[in-house]
Order: sequence, then C-alpha cells, then structure tokens
Amino acid sequence: MSAWLTTSRRTTTTGLGLLLAAASLTLAGCAAESPTADAAPGEGTDQSVAISDGWVKAADSGMSAAFGELTNSGSDDVTVVSATTEASSMLELHETVANESGEMIMREIEGGFVIPAGDTLSLEPGGNHIMLMDLSDPLEAGEEVTFTLTFADDSTYEFTAPVKDYSGANENYEGGEPEMDMGSDSTGTDG
Amino acid sequence: MRAPDKGARSGRGETSGPTRRQLLLGGAVAGVGAAAAIGADHALSSTTSSAGEASVPLNGQEAVPFHGTHQAGIDTDAQANGLFVALDLLDGTDRADLARMMRILSDDAARLTQGTPALADSEPELALSPARLTVTFGFGPAFVARAQGQAPAWLKALPSFAVDRLLPELCDGDLLLQIAADDPLTVAHAARMLLKDTRSFASVRWSQQGFRRAHGTVKPGTTMRNLFGQVDGTSNPSPGSTDFDQVVWNAEGWLAGGTSVVVRRIGMDLDKWDRLDRGGREQSVGRYLSDGAPLTGTEEHDEPDFAATTPIGFPVIPEFSHMRRARSENEAERIFRRAYNYDDRPTGEGISRSGLIFVSFQADVERQFVPIQRRLDQLDLLNEWTVPVGSAVFAVPPGCAEGGFVGDTLLT
Repeated sequence: MSAWLTTSRRTTTTGLGLLLAAASLTLAGCAAESPTADAAPGEGTDQSVAISDGWVKAADSGMSAAFGELTNSGSDDVTVVSATTEASSMLELHETVANESGEMIMREIEGGFVIPAGDTLSLEPGGNHIMLMDLSDPLEAGEEVTFTLTFADDSTYEFTAPVKDYSGANENYEGGEPEMDMGSDSTGTDG
Repeated sequence: MRAPDKGARSGRGETSGPTRRQLLLGGAVAGVGAAAAIGADHALSSTTSSAGEASVPLNGQEAVPFHGTHQAGIDTDAQANGLFVALDLLDGTDRADLARMMRILSDDAARLTQGTPALADSEPELALSPARLTVTFGFGPAFVARAQGQAPAWLKALPSFAVDRLLPELCDGDLLLQIAADDPLTVAHAARMLLKDTRSFASVRWSQQGFRRAHGTVKPGTTMRNLFGQVDGTSNPSPGSTDFDQVVWNAEGWLAGGTSVVVRRIGMDLDKWDRLDRGGREQSVGRYLSDGAPLTGTEEHDEPDFAATTPIGFPVIPEFSHMRRARSENEAERIFRRAYNYDDRPTGEGISRSGLIFVSFQADVERQFVPIQRRLDQLDLLNEWTVPVGSAVFAVPPGCAEGGFVGDTLLT
C-alpha cells in the first residue's frame, strides 16, 4: 500500500507474515523469519519487533520527533533502551505525562519503551515518541530517515521512516525549555 | 503468554488498521492458537471495513484500487463530488524535491483511497469512509521542465479561442490534483491532507469544486446532466473498451499508460437560457432533453442521422448544433469527458453563477481536443449561453505499482 519501501535489517513482517512469524516463534523459534545477511542467527527478542506507519516531523533545525507503531510479535516483552540516527547527534525516548500542575509535558522515559509480548506500542504526537534533540541538517518533507533501535539485550533493529510536514507535536519539554517549535512556517522550504 | 499490557498502548492509537489487527492477532495467538488466528487474519483482511455488520454494504466503504497501470479517477465511474486543485511550484522546488513530493502525495493517496488514514493524519476518523475516493495527479508544463523531462508537444496552454473570456486566476498550473468521491467530507479531508503535504513545495493557484448526482440517485453509469438540463457526455467511449483505450491512453515515454487532461471552467448563463423554449434548447444541441436521444433517434445512444431533413428541407439536426459541430468525420478527433457541475454564490443582482467544469481525457490534446474546440469556436449555437473562463492542460502520468509513486516514470 505504501509508497515507502520500509526497509529493516532484521525483520520485514506485516499482516499474515507477521502472524506466521508470531505463531512459529511459539512453536519453533524464529524459523519463519527471513533474516538478511547481517542478522546474527539465534539472537534474542529484537527479531520479533517491527515498525509500521513510521514517520518523522519535518523541521529546519533543532528538535524533531519520530512516530509509528512498534509491534512485538514475540512471546517475550522487549524493551527499547535507545535509538540512534544520523539525522541527530542525540536522541531520547520520550513519554508525555501530566506534571504537578496538570500540564502535559514530555520527558525522557525511565528504563526505555517496554513493548509487551504480542502487543503494539504507539509512538504518536502527544504520547510516546522518539525525540531528535539536535538535528544535524534540516529534515525536509519526503526525505527518509534511518533509525536504529537498541534493545535491552543489546540487539538492534533498523528501519527507515519518511519525513512529513506536520504542525502538531508541540509538547512542552520538561525542564522549562521552550516549546518544541517546529510549526509549518519553519518547515517551509524553497528548495 | 500474557494478556496485553494496558499501560503500554495508548488507546488512541487504535485508529489505524494495522494496530487493531495486530492487537487482535496477539490475542488470538495467545488464546486460541495459530490456526484459528490465521482464520482471523483472513477475516480481517477480507473486510477492509471496520463499520461492523451492516446488512446493506455501505457505499462509504467502497474503495477504488490506487495502484495499477493507469491512475484511478479516469476510467472510474464518475463520483458525485469532484474537486480540482491546481498548484504552482515554489521557486526553489527542483527535480529531487518533486520526487519527494510525489512520493508523499502518492503515499497519502494510496492510504486515503483505501480508507486508511494518511501518515500524520490529524483527523484519522475522516479517512475511514473512502466512498470510492480517487486522487488523480496531472503535471503542467513547468512541472515537466523542473523534472528535466521531455514534455509532449501538446503540453501547453490551448490556443486562444474567440469565445474565451479567460481569467488568469482560473488558468494553467504546475500540478493538478483531481480529488473525487461520493462523499464531500471525504473529498475535503483528502484535499486537506494532500495540500498539507504540498506546502513546502507548492502553493494553491486555483481550486474548483464540482458535483454530479449524489450516489444512489440514478443508476451507476447514467450519463450526467448539466445545469442546462442536458444529458452531457453521451458519445463518450466506454471505459474498458478498446475504443476507450485508444482515445484515452498515451503510449509514449514516461507518459505510457498515462493521458492528458483538459480542465475548462465554462460559465453557463442560466438566466439567458431561461428565455429559450424547449424546442430551441433541443436544437442548440441536437438532442432531446428528455433522454439525450439525437433529434433523429429515439434512444440516447442512437447514432445521429445528420442527413435527415424536415419536410420543408432543413436538417433535423441543425448545422449549428453543438453535437453536429463537435462531431468529426475523423475518428481520431474524439475525447473522453468527465465533467462536473458548479453552482457558485451569485454576485450583484444575479441569482445564479453556474456552469460546468469541463474535464476531458485524451491521449493527445493537439490531435484530439483542439480540432473539436476549433470547430465549436467557429460555430456552435450553445456559445450563445456559455463562456469559457478558465482553462488548463496537464499531462497525466501513468499509475504506479506498490512501492512506487505517481510520476516515478518521469522522476526516477
């Protein structure tokens, strides 16, 4: 359906394929997976994680955020402990919570994102997200950004997500920093 | 295996199909076993609808495939609502930008036409009823130039015609979006989503909203009526026929599988038309108003007999009639019309400002459309009540495969 060829180094499973992967994991390990050359065999839980509908907010500079649906088709909970991308020198895994005055703020999540077995974790504006803290270059609509997630067992998962023009996701950042100001006017480009 | 942890998943994430499906599958695998779960996946995949079990299938759930040899929205039975938006590229938008833009727009269209929210869709609920939504893209001369592509010779403004009273703000454009569905809210949402994604590449030049009969009012495939009450489009080739293929599809270079579209805004003077009696109205076109049959026939699709004369020797179908003038001996001079009506807010003393968004698809504008329009410009009684105020020509690229994007034959 998508115009985006979502690539991932370890797993590319959707729909029925995902289900078969999930089913076979319970029966015979990860036999149904089709790892590419650089996937080490016999690795742990990361092989059961896949992202769908990933996207990144366009921004000229400063901060941005990545969103998507992270699905764990395995039989064990997995924890994303960190993320990296060439698009930003620093990334944080953020949650959005109400502070003492009831204001919604985002802050780094302690211990990382836990994706329970057989469940999906939504990364979405106003909720959990991967925060790009310091963009190395402008993120222009339609570009693709590659991310690498690292799990608690040190295994990794790589995926790409397109950049989209988006005016929302302006949550306050805990610690009194100004709003993550990446409104549409700042994403406009003449080329 | 454990039940899904409530805390890990935001309930609001359930708006997208995959999330819901995967959640259900997780439960199925855990509780029932793989075999049952496969069944569940089949059941979920086969009904793209999430509307529950309506006894009569809802038209809102009808989806027109996006991917394919040709773009949808051309041979698709015309939907009730059509929106035409022409954009101007921003100065700095270059070939690489165009590819990024078309990739995003194609992804939006691929999702929205199937009833799935676009990525970063702020109103995902509005995407769930596609109602036969199609999004069709057309490229103007400047688009092809920026793409450093070979433009077909006909990709330029039409020659000027004596009848034209064109307003520049209703003419031309670099990128055309034709957004059509049987539901106006679906059209509005799709337009909003697509235009949000064009903001960093282009700006809106003109936008025209049109309508036909609502879904379910007449049988699908019924020839449309315009606001003069005329049956409009009888001589169209039938989509799916060899005839249609020859008239519509281009076969050259990056346009192979594509076509061209002419969009002309034709003002119709309903007040003046009111002063014409029924006989005069029928003579102006050469067809009966009741069912569109030629004045020499009894059924809409009867071939007109231009040689037939009245007892006192005048042609039954007048020489000056629209049908007589539009018709050519040359089989090549034919087009496929897919028009929409418009009914703008009246201005001044007037009580109506209405007309037709004339839309025609043809493999070659110069060879097929221009000769027809030349004849109509020289003589067509209907010109008494109509005036072209907008005009634009676009190359309509072929459709794309999954993983590709509309325009990839030009931009990659």
